[in-house]
Amino acid sequence: MKKEVIAMLLAGGQGSRLGELTRKNAKPAVTFGGKYKIIDFSMSNCINSGIDTVGVLTQYQPLLLNKHIGIGIPWDLDRRSGGVTVLTPHLKGESGEWFTGTANAIFQHMAYIDSYNPEYILVISGDHVYKMDYSPMINFHKKNNADATIGVMQVSYEEAKSFGTLVCDENFKINLFEEKPPEPKSTLVSMGVYVFTWSVLKDALIKDHTIHADSDFGKHIIPNLLDEKCDLYAFTFDSYWKDVGTIDSYFSANMDLIKTIPDFNLYETFWSIYTDGDNYAPSYCSTESDVRSSLISEGCEIEGTIHNSVLSPGVLVESGAIVRDSIIMKNCVIKKGSFVEGCILDEGVIVGEGARLGLGENIPSKHNPKVYYSGITVIGENTTIPPNITVGKNCVISGATTPEDYKSGLLDSGEYLIKEEVAP
Amino acid sequence: MKAIGVILAGGNNQRLEKLTTLPGRAVAAMPVGSGYRAIDFALSNMTNSGIRKVAVIAQFSSSSLHDHLSSAKWWDLGRKKGGLFLFTPFSSSYDSSFFRGTSNAIYQNLRFFTRSNEEYVIISSGDSVYKMDFNPLINHHVERNNDMTIMYQERPDLDVRQFGVLTLDKDENIIDFEEKPLETNLKTISLGIYVIKRELLIELLETTNKEGRYDFVRDVIGRYRKVLKFGGYKFDSYWNTLNSISAYYKTNMDFLNKDLRNFFMKEYPYIATKPKDEPPVKYNVGAQVLNSLVGGGSILNGCVENSLLFSGVYVGEHAYIKGSIVMQGAVIGNNCVIENAILDKDTSIKDGTNIVGTPENPVIIEKNRHI
Repeated sequence: MKKEVIAMLLAGGQGSRLGELTRKNAKPAVTFGGKYKIIDFSMSNCINSGIDTVGVLTQYQPLLLNKHIGIGIPWDLDRRSGGVTVLTPHLKGESGEWFTGTANAIFQHMAYIDSYNPEYILVISGDHVYKMDYSPMINFHKKNNADATIGVMQVSYEEAKSFGTLVCDENFKINLFEEKPPEPKSTLVSMGVYVFTWSVLKDALIKDHTIHADSDFGKHIIPNLLDEKCDLYAFTFDSYWKDVGTIDSYFSANMDLIKTIPDFNLYETFWSIYTDGDNYAPSYCSTESDVRSSLISEGCEIEGTIHNSVLSPGVLVESGAIVRDSIIMKNCVIKKGSFVEGCILDEGVIVGEGARLGLGENIPSKHNPKVYYSGITVIGENTTIPPNITVGKNCVISGATTPEDYKSGLLDSGEYLIKEEVAP
Repeated sequence: MKAIGVILAGGNNQRLEKLTTLPGRAVAAMPVGSGYRAIDFALSNMTNSGIRKVAVIAQFSSSSLHDHLSSAKWWDLGRKKGGLFLFTPFSSSYDSSFFRGTSNAIYQNLRFFTRSNEEYVIISSGDSVYKMDFNPLINHHVERNNDMTIMYQERPDLDVRQFGVLTLDKDENIIDFEEKPLETNLKTISLGIYVIKRELLIELLETTNKEGRYDFVRDVIGRYRKVLKFGGYKFDSYWNTLNSISAYYKTNMDFLNKDLRNFFMKEYPYIATKPKDEPPVKYNVGAQVLNSLVGGGSILNGCVENSLLFSGVYVGEHAYIKGSIVMQGAVIGNNCVIENAILDKDTSIKDGTNIVGTPENPVIIEKNRHI
């Protein structure tokens, strides 16, 4: 069966700068905006753009991601023809290999693409938070009779150093592309959204495979196509787009959502974001509750105070507990009289009665100062914090901790406590 | 599973007045508990009990149910074998088949029963809010060797004249049954939930329909109550049915009770419903929400107390909502006061409007109305 356009969604990356949040979970499956996973934005963009065939390439810690995607029901991607297919690295004959680069991942799944005999393929990433209609970009590609079209946006000069930057003429034809240049010649950067004419990309992938074992779009494929005088165009996107690749940017992008008029609006009915909801009940606030400037997801039960925070489904906040400037993920329990400020609590964390989290000075982490430096304390999934413990800033805690793990009931700023889990 | 399910969702919808008559809505499609429709309870009970084949029989305003049930997969009933069957009246060249009664409605779809091979049939109303496992009911039915078992409750709190009233002996055998009696001092009511052998049901339906008797309660239960062995099964958990405005209001307000809310919403198995894909509820700076349930996608700027808000509701600044039920998509302007009211879907209330009723007599703002 033929499909004119199919999407290949790269969801295999770890997102190592998200620290504890991606230790047991791939970045695309990290919770965002209360009830969503980061991959939901790209998946929803596909179906909202009318693309009904999506190959999702997974590699790092795929369990949660695979369960989340399932057969694609939340996105209406459970189809008789097309739909969603999870594509993994696999053995071929006697050997096999991991995905070694973004283009290599697509190369390894050319048979999947060929089975739909598409004219064009859309290559996107499951790491980004944005709402985009891909169809004008595909039309732009067709109109230009292009070989490849790259989604681009304007950033600051400093930010441009960490992106693929490009220079194009007045018709948006690309003349120059540089991957992460120390001195960018332009502040127009690639946002990791590509449309390729499949026959062109296929040839390029086969050719590059013999040259680079770690074939990558930004490093190899795009520069090669330019060298070969192919027609590459830039399609500008000027709406909200975030990579949320660090604890700091992840935190602030979540906080952006709670402004009275947010930069990124989840409430537009014409571009719904879909996710795998567990049929949760409505949320409940008791007579003692005080909830302001916050997002509260389904099934939460709030008896305490919540200010400037984002809560995922099924969170229980008991009376007298105070949560401020924090991200609280699915099924966490914040017990009576506890205090949580400037923290990210991964799924299923239990904060004991009277515990106080996020106090003290902003001392960078002794565990990993490159990841934990902005003052935010991160608590790993299913971690238990004993009652009446005090925890500082930039701390990392993981596992079922007991009072004995905290010297005089305290974990100072910048300290960490990672307990190996007991094998089930 | 040894049973198939039947949900009667076609009943008289006059009793909920303009909540059902004006939008053309079946009672079974009434929004309940800030996120559900009434039929979700019976339907989830069936699938949670392991029933894999369910017929929903609708008559009045069935389009409201068609929309909700358009995909059966949310109740795990999107199946190649079994699954969900929605039966509505249809016309053929020789007969217009408007259902002439509940028993006639089942009889017209007799092939659903003759083509099944499960031993028992569970029949439930689609208008009731309850949560139960039907397996103990079936076991009780088998152990007592009943021809039909009827679930009942003692309900001194209700006007029993609106229900079927049972007289039971000490072994829970039904010795008398009266539908909607004019005068009675009995307090034992039928909950409209029955279990019966499939083959016996087919036989009774064929006989009564041939005789021109079309009502399940009157012509099957009433007529055969002394010929067949009918037994009772006491249901000692929460059960209410949406048979009046006040029952609708009270049943919804019951969800503000913590134990009941946990029973329905937090304890496995869960009540399933069609997902709405709404974002989280947004509490802005002026929000103050006390003892209330809020559905997904709502945006709150004002005060909400002792109320149920369904999904996608907007509450303006300095608005005050108390003791009210606000359905999906309603917009309440700044500085409004809404007390003891039921705002139907997609109503919109202009800034500064006051709407005040009493808990006994809540003001109803009908669907799509702009004030």
